[in-house]
Amino acid sequence: MGRAMQQNGEQMIIAVASGKGGTGKTTVAVNLALSLPNVQVLDCDVEEPNSHIFLNPVIEEIKPAYTLVPRVNYDFCDYCGKCAAACEYNALVVVPQKEVMVFPELCHGCGLCSLVCPQDAISEEPREIGVIKTGKSGDGNIDLVYGVLNIGEIMATPLIDQVKADIDPEKTVIIDVSPGTACPVIAAVQGSDYCILVTEPTPFGLYDLRLAVEVLRVLKIPFGMVINRAGIGDRKVYEYCEKEGITILLEIPHDTRIARYYSEGVPFVKVMPEWKERFAGIIDKVLL
Amino acid sequence: MKQITVISGKGGTGKTTLVGSFAALAENKVIVDCDVDAPDLHLLVHPEIINKEEFKGVKVAVMDKTLCSECGTCEETCRFNAIASTEESGYAVNPARCEGCGACVFTCPQEAVTLKERVSGYAFISKTNYGPMVHAQLNIAEEASGKLVTVVRNNAQQVAEKEGCELILIDGSPGIGCPVIASLTGVDLALIVTEPTMSGLHDLERIMDVTRHFGIASAVCINKYDINEENSERITEFCRQRGIQVVGKIPYDSVVTEAMVAGKPVVEFSGGVVSDAIKDMWGRINQYE
Repeated sequence: MGRAMQQNGEQMIIAVASGKGGTGKTTVAVNLALSLPNVQVLDCDVEEPNSHIFLNPVIEEIKPAYTLVPRVNYDFCDYCGKCAAACEYNALVVVPQKEVMVFPELCHGCGLCSLVCPQDAISEEPREIGVIKTGKSGDGNIDLVYGVLNIGEIMATPLIDQVKADIDPEKTVIIDVSPGTACPVIAAVQGSDYCILVTEPTPFGLYDLRLAVEVLRVLKIPFGMVINRAGIGDRKVYEYCEKEGITILLEIPHDTRIARYYSEGVPFVKVMPEWKERFAGIIDKVLL
Repeated sequence: MKQITVISGKGGTGKTTLVGSFAALAENKVIVDCDVDAPDLHLLVHPEIINKEEFKGVKVAVMDKTLCSECGTCEETCRFNAIASTEESGYAVNPARCEGCGACVFTCPQEAVTLKERVSGYAFISKTNYGPMVHAQLNIAEEASGKLVTVVRNNAQQVAEKEGCELILIDGSPGIGCPVIASLTGVDLALIVTEPTMSGLHDLERIMDVTRHFGIASAVCINKYDINEENSERITEFCRQRGIQVVGKIPYDSVVTEAMVAGKPVVEFSGGVVSDAIKDMWGRINQYE
């Protein structure tokens, strides 16, 4: 097993994010996990989780994830309308003397309606938004926790928070983040000690990378870069990293073998073991 | 008027490359980028912004430190982990996590917290060489991307009506969540772009479940189909079982990246197999009612 990576005696939590989709976040997260001892992978891309395809986990537990939505007790409700007036998301509409309509898909589960109700007529009940699956990779070396958002569901952030609640303090944690720069990304990367940004050296890669860099600067999370498919596109990502003083942790070449293994769902360090050392080497640069 | 949204589930399968080319091929349309947190379509069609509008999404809690008594009620109330206390600066709101619900405002016994509007991004109406374009940019570390997508969709509708456009061509974002659903609502066709990888297949199934859930007609394009032809076969078979047409199969070619570097839709950048496949596919998509 070996010991977990530590920084100043503390557990290391490393997020893998990108801005642009399809640049290789899961490739980096999974291959890094396979190159380190004592790792837990949290797949926080709950809309389209893919880490499990590469880690082949034996699932040990599936538990539903919930948010809370209001439930009105009509024995007490006097239709005063304070709940609907307080709700910032228009998730409640009061029809006087008739009913309180609740729109669960608009509800953020903040609990304010229940707090403001003068009659104590609003309680909260759980609504399932997805499931959390826990297991061990086929070879037993990696713990995996991943969230799967229900189809048609918009509340991704509470599910991400609940996946992260299962962090194992005894392990090095690698978080696979969804693409973009909005709320699901923030929920996933927040609290990490370091973020590995994965990009490809193309204009789309660079544009979205700049946005992701700004997010990490706002959140004050240190970061470095992995350039995937190195050799395609142009040199502008390199020029940008140099100008901004961003460390390039690793370059993964544009290689048909690597692409082929990816397409088959095979982590390429398993068949190209010389890469294990290179991935493990990222950690030395992260710890600097 | 017809609305087509290009989506994918998995990121990086080629949505924007296709929409850029469709923008060059289609007539009398509005081009729309509904990927508001990582938009890229402008890098191919070079819009000139003619109208910029502030987007006010969710509000944000603001704390008046002079009134705060450090009681911690706000932190207990907040369901979004957006309020925490540090030794050096006491209680503070983390705007990146605040969903603007106002629960802390209600529970604070000192009335030290208020809700303020914030500008969460900008919506743009632009012109391009390919016709009008509607797009947006969410500010860094903001909530409410779905709401901004809805603003963009409404703008697109208005521009299309004003200019008499017959088609609204929408570039979507990856995933299956809030912004994706907002970009699909009420469209006539979802073109799902996938790639022949295990991840592509897995994500295709999920996004197809979403379009089916909302009753939206779908068609599939397999991009880079020749990087793994067995997987392309599996995708084709899967689509057949679901009764969904594969309207295009595009080969892998470095010309796609070269066109991106040149800042041009690939069908304008060069002829060849990729351009031919995209043109054929556009012909088939055009026949959808």
